[in-house]
Amino acid sequence: MDITLMYYLIPSLVMFCCGVYGFITRKNMIAILISLELMLNAVDINFVVFNRFLFPGQLEGMFFTLFAIAIAAAETALAIAIIINIFRVAKNIDVRDLTKMKF
Amino acid sequence: MDQITPLLILALPLCMFLFLGLAGNKMSHKMAGILGTLGMGVTLILAYSTAFTYFFSGNPDFIDAAGNRLQSVIFDFTWLEFTENLVIKLGFLLDPISAMMLVVITTISFMVHLYSLGYMHGEKGFQRYYAFLSLFSFSMLGLVVATNIFQMYIFWELVGASSYLLIGFYYTKPSAVSASKKAFIVTRFADLGFLIGILILSFFTETFNFIDMTSAPENVLASTGGATFMGASVLTWALVLIFMGGMGKSAMMPLHIWLPDAMEGPTPVSALIHAATMVVAGVYLVARMFPVYLMEEAALTIVTVVGALTALYAAIVACTQVDIKRVLAFSTISQIAFMMVALGVARPEIHEGVGYMASMFHLFTHAMFKALLFLGAGALIHAVHSNDYTAMGGLRKYMPITHITFLIGCLAIAGIPPFAGFFSKDEILVAAFENNMLWGLWMTAVAGLTAFYMFRLYYRIFWWNTPDYEKHGHVPHDAPWTMTLPLIILATVSIVAGFIPFGELVTWNREAYHIHLNWTVATTSVLVAVVAILIATVMYRKENAISDKIANSVKGLWTAAYNRFYFDELYIFITHKIIFNLVSRPIAWFDRHIIDGTMDMFATMAHKASGAIKGLQSGSIQTYVLVYLLGALLLGVVTVVCVML
Repeated sequence: MDITLMYYLIPSLVMFCCGVYGFITRKNMIAILISLELMLNAVDINFVVFNRFLFPGQLEGMFFTLFAIAIAAAETALAIAIIINIFRVAKNIDVRDLTKMKF
Repeated sequence: MDQITPLLILALPLCMFLFLGLAGNKMSHKMAGILGTLGMGVTLILAYSTAFTYFFSGNPDFIDAAGNRLQSVIFDFTWLEFTENLVIKLGFLLDPISAMMLVVITTISFMVHLYSLGYMHGEKGFQRYYAFLSLFSFSMLGLVVATNIFQMYIFWELVGASSYLLIGFYYTKPSAVSASKKAFIVTRFADLGFLIGILILSFFTETFNFIDMTSAPENVLASTGGATFMGASVLTWALVLIFMGGMGKSAMMPLHIWLPDAMEGPTPVSALIHAATMVVAGVYLVARMFPVYLMEEAALTIVTVVGALTALYAAIVACTQVDIKRVLAFSTISQIAFMMVALGVARPEIHEGVGYMASMFHLFTHAMFKALLFLGAGALIHAVHSNDYTAMGGLRKYMPITHITFLIGCLAIAGIPPFAGFFSKDEILVAAFENNMLWGLWMTAVAGLTAFYMFRLYYRIFWWNTPDYEKHGHVPHDAPWTMTLPLIILATVSIVAGFIPFGELVTWNREAYHIHLNWTVATTSVLVAVVAILIATVMYRKENAISDKIANSVKGLWTAAYNRFYFDELYIFITHKIIFNLVSRPIAWFDRHIIDGTMDMFATMAHKASGAIKGLQSGSIQTYVLVYLLGALLLGVVTVVCVML
């Protein structure tokens, strides 16, 4: 069996849709963060796969993915820090209850 | 003539004001007072030398070969230049009346500076007081030497402002604060007329310059081209409006109401500003514009009528007042009205315009003896701690110097020869009689009233009965030398000033005029004054009930006069009842409901609209993402459908 582009793109699409769905529906901030990472990873898979199948002689997609992973790690650390601080203040990380700053 | 001396006359008081105003708090009271007095002393010497040079040096700039004095512009620099015609200059005009005013202002101002060293001793804000005195002296000097009517207007407002500051000197006292506001607002209202008059006049003549206007007044009349407004010529309107400014400053009826209240200020201030210098600015203004006024008989008639009515009114009111400063205030109003009448009745064809000379002469002598009387009143108030003569009586034994000088002042104002007032008042009466018998008799009657109320005041203060001063633990005595010296100097001047050959120095066309007494008028006026003094003597020399009986027999008149003929109540009625109710309240309603209402409606609409859609901005990212996603999907579907079709 010949493994084609589609074999990679369909799981990536499923992952991305799961991420979108989770991002919209989850109310726990950690879960929202996880959904975000899911979308990011789906995009990373696309970068690598397109690079491999369409431009086999080049490495731009690979490097871009590496950068994206590094930045995603930093961003996650930042988001976690914010969530921890919110938890300290509000004793809660449910986005529906965090309405203190609303007018 | 060099330009330095005139420049210094103006610059010195201004610098003294700035210096004392900025650095006064850093120095002691005594230092600030002495510095201010010295500054004024130097100004006095400079002003005297300038006036002396002008009158007696024979310099061809100042007097021509025929012996006529000339108007000389010492300097005149351009301050603001809007267009070629509309240029505002600041300068120094030297002519007989401005030279005379330099002498009057610096003399009185120096006396008041010296006197205040004693009178204001230990007052809080002593340095501020001296700074304001310097500011006033600067403004007044700038006013009299103005080369153009706009410069005069600028300094006119400055004297108004410094008068406001000095009346309100005791700013913790509510009555002083309201008096200062009243003075400022009333004179400001009058100055509105002055400004409109200036604008009308300069619109037609295309100049502000006094010399241009007064040297060829027929051109002023011609420039209006016979234009009329509401039945009077435009020139009459302009001159009457300018006179309205003079009425405000010189406290002519019906704009006199501020002057009696202005007595809330320190007494030396009353002597300087509200007796001798600032209040004669209106007279000075009319005198300055006199050749133009001669072009319009109607304007001069208004000046005469206003002056004559005010003179009689103020004299009657002065007969009933209890507060000695208020008696002097009304006497001032009456005497300034004398000067106004003298200007109003002056005509070149009558006795070579004697009225003009008489007005200026009376301005000069009145400044001296009224300043003397006010400073004397200050000494009395200082000793007795009350403004009312009811707290005084029999003071001649306790305060001999004040007594003698005050008596000299009273004799001078009553017009008893050989004191100064006799000569100047006699000339005014001559001018009035020559113009019209009615004005002559009218003013003679007022002169009699003047003698009566002044001696009523004199006897009540220095004779009558002696209250028990020991009981109050304070025996009055003469003031320190800084206060008595100005009294003595001014008393001396009040005795001899009448012998100054004033006609040689100041006349309307600046030609020498030889004063000769009109014996009929002189005898009549002296006789009237003596009779009035005798009546006052009978009524007030010893404590008795005659005056009360007379007051009771004409109770209505007496009460009305005591309440100043209800002028203040009339003003309150007009402003509070008529203007506030009929004009201000509807305007306020319109402003609040129509103007504000329209704006409020827009605001309310915006508020409602935003309230309706604010729910959309929830701040919830998840909702935004959902909406974005649905929108993107919708767009995608639409695109696909479009492509398929």
